[in-house]
Amino acid sequence: MDWLNAIVQGTLLGGLYALFAAGLSIIFGVMRLVNIAHGDLIVLAAYLGLTITMLLGIHPLVALLVLVPVMALIGYGLQRLILNRTLGEDILPPLLVTFGLSVIIQNALLEVYTADPQKLQAGALEIASLNIGGLAIGYLPLLMFVTAVIVIAGLQFIFYRTALGRAFRAVSDNQDIAQLMGLNRRHIFAVAMALSLAVVAIAAIFLGTRTSFDPAVGGGRLIFGFEAVIIGGLGNLWGTLAGGIILGVAQAIGAQLHPGWQILAGHIVFLAILAVRPRGLFPRMDG
Amino acid sequence: MADPVLQIRSLDAFYGDFQALFSLDLEVASDGVIAIIGANGAGKSTLMRSISGMLQNRPDSILYQGEPIGGLRADQVAGKGIALVPEGRQLFPSLSVEENLIIGGRMRRPGPWSLAAIYDLFPILQERRHQASTSLSGGQQQMVAIGRALMANPSLLMFDEISLGLAPVIIRQIYEVLPKIIATGMSAIIVEQDISKALEVSSHVYCLQEGRVSLSGQSDTITREQISEAYFGARSDHGLA
Amino acid sequence: MTGPASHQIERSTLATRLGLLAGAAVLLALALAPAYLGRADLRLLGEIFLYLSLASLWNLLAGYAGLVSVGQQAFVGIGGYLLFALTIFGGVHPLIALLIIFVAGGLVSMPIAALIFRLRGAYFAIGTWVVAEVCRLGFAQLGALGGGSGISLPVKVVKSIASSRAGREAASYWLALGVAVLVIAIAWLFLRSRRGLALTAIRDNELAAASLGIDIWRTKFVVYSMVGALTTLVGALIFLQKLRISPDAAFSVNDWTAFVIFIVVIGGIGTLEGPIIGTIVFFLLRETLADLGTIYLIVLGIVATIVMLFAPKGLWGAIKHFTGFQLFPLGYRVRLAKGGKQDSASTKRDAEG
Repeated sequence: MDWLNAIVQGTLLGGLYALFAAGLSIIFGVMRLVNIAHGDLIVLAAYLGLTITMLLGIHPLVALLVLVPVMALIGYGLQRLILNRTLGEDILPPLLVTFGLSVIIQNALLEVYTADPQKLQAGALEIASLNIGGLAIGYLPLLMFVTAVIVIAGLQFIFYRTALGRAFRAVSDNQDIAQLMGLNRRHIFAVAMALSLAVVAIAAIFLGTRTSFDPAVGGGRLIFGFEAVIIGGLGNLWGTLAGGIILGVAQAIGAQLHPGWQILAGHIVFLAILAVRPRGLFPRMDG
Repeated sequence: MADPVLQIRSLDAFYGDFQALFSLDLEVASDGVIAIIGANGAGKSTLMRSISGMLQNRPDSILYQGEPIGGLRADQVAGKGIALVPEGRQLFPSLSVEENLIIGGRMRRPGPWSLAAIYDLFPILQERRHQASTSLSGGQQQMVAIGRALMANPSLLMFDEISLGLAPVIIRQIYEVLPKIIATGMSAIIVEQDISKALEVSSHVYCLQEGRVSLSGQSDTITREQISEAYFGARSDHGLA
Repeated sequence: MTGPASHQIERSTLATRLGLLAGAAVLLALALAPAYLGRADLRLLGEIFLYLSLASLWNLLAGYAGLVSVGQQAFVGIGGYLLFALTIFGGVHPLIALLIIFVAGGLVSMPIAALIFRLRGAYFAIGTWVVAEVCRLGFAQLGALGGGSGISLPVKVVKSIASSRAGREAASYWLALGVAVLVIAIAWLFLRSRRGLALTAIRDNELAAASLGIDIWRTKFVVYSMVGALTTLVGALIFLQKLRISPDAAFSVNDWTAFVIFIVVIGGIGTLEGPIIGTIVFFLLRETLADLGTIYLIVLGIVATIVMLFAPKGLWGAIKHFTGFQLFPLGYRVRLAKGGKQDSASTKRDAEG
């Protein structure tokens, strides 16, 4: 029973990891950019969410109404003003600039909020649970997983059934020719980043209500997102969900075996999959 | 006589330090069709890139409907009503045939060309509309590329080497349809390696050689001899040691 | 058509040779430092040499092989822990341990490379980070080496290096200086060799390099292993100096990666001289700003980001651009015999060193 419970919890946790990963996937798909500051942006969003809930006295989930547009705007500005300058043939500039941003964000958060761990309070939602077949499944983790599925379905819809998605795919295929269609790539890239950070906002609220966070946890979230993307296979959002679930379950099983092994177990499963299936389980494009 | 739709005045073009076009002068009459011929490396594609905005030049060196567009970006030029069928087709692999056409029309300029009209012109595309665009044959891809440019309802349509890599029978099919395409109100520039085809559909021809105009004349009166000389620069002064 | 001595090919200019002479003099002065510098200054210099080594090594990976690693702390930590394990449990003399650690570092980096080379670009970078995290979490599980809280180097081991405190400080210092000289010498010689030229070709255009028959994978593999071995050695020396190790200190991203990256970026990536300049600037900043804690890191981050955006070749890149000066000659210059003067064009023809 314990094992079944572990696997269920791990699966639901996978939803959170998929949310971490979805934002990474979008910008890699559209502009081949990997944002090393991604995890720190999740933490930044969590702190902004905290500030919003405190200032407006609202529930964290309601705070999403404010946080999502705010993060989207930050994403647009970040891409347009800074990251667009790094795109080009050389792989170093985007990597090093986003790394620099990661350090700046982490330490700025330390300055403003101190290193004390914080948590978003979701009230009754945190304790309430559903009883299915003898398993207690928390409402919050369930909501988190369902949200992840909805977000990924929504992203798929945007990418494959809307004009914006067509623009994303065209620009990702061939920037020069996309311009002939009247697409301003600097704007399109910025919209992609805005979308990515909108998803980051959602991930952040769930992160913050689930566990406590502090300025230093960004790196870990980036790694989980990255592992979910690689396990699932590049260029496949549903694959990313699968990747997140596999990671979550691996961690849960690790934790069952030994409390200190949770995260290590996830890393080892990741490395194992990397060894036997370097392109991931359901790849649709190459790095 | 109406003003020319496109005027090129002393156009220079550079790739970094390398100069590809030298003080080019060229004109496209409104409703006119001109051909541009020349050997590889003569500067034809550079000219296309300059006009379409993929390469930036001095603003007043390219006048479109009287307006200086030389310094504009490609997406801005597209908004003015200039469309390019690029060299090598260059369809979007991630988009289906229909999506390639739809994205061509995203500027929503008024005009006769719509999805239905394109399918009328090239019925085979309607059959394959949901297929991945790059899974089509070369000739069909060329049709998609042309359709994509037409969807923008341009006033100036440019064809960059559309016969490249295609079988002669396919080339003939496409050129048969060309006059229907360049119907009322549209001007065209046709860049071609296939000189006879270029002369057939155009009223005026320019020959480029090493980044300069080496010949300019009426397509129906120009002689083979003139073309040879202009194409290969047999009378040039580049002395060998 | 050309006369018998119409041109000469040479590897360095007069300015370079003078610069190298000056450098040799500095080196001599540094080697004699224990004679005239106090303990605190010796420690600081030692730290500078070790950071210089880490920076030069990271630069070799990223600036030349195009392998951007944010996980070199894995090797630093492994080096440190191996030192403690060998001396405490193996009873090995620290200096002998260093040799073993160097070899072990090389051996360990090979399977790691085989695994993470499956990733490219930024994904490779994060992969290196995962490996470092695995090391950190793994070593935290080893109770024998102090688990999560760490362990100190026993007095017995410390004293085996040298009996007097001054002797130990000098030994530590010379080891650090030695390793820095070794690293820079290896880097310089490697880049002058055919393998090194292959590496520069790969960096500039991988596809073209491959079409010339250069085995990309093998070249990168060799570089990664070499850098891994040397980084592990530096790690051992770092913790030999610190006398205490813990998983968080050994595998710290901030200390062994963030600072190193900033040093190389600000100094000038893809040049041998860059890490030297960068280390000097870094320590100047640290000595003046470090009291400000997080603000210091923010400033460092902002400076590095601005440098990367607007002056991607760093400080040395700017110096080289304006003077054409190269301290460690790597390129070839064509000197025209006519009038013995040098073409301004030949200056531009230097390979990017």
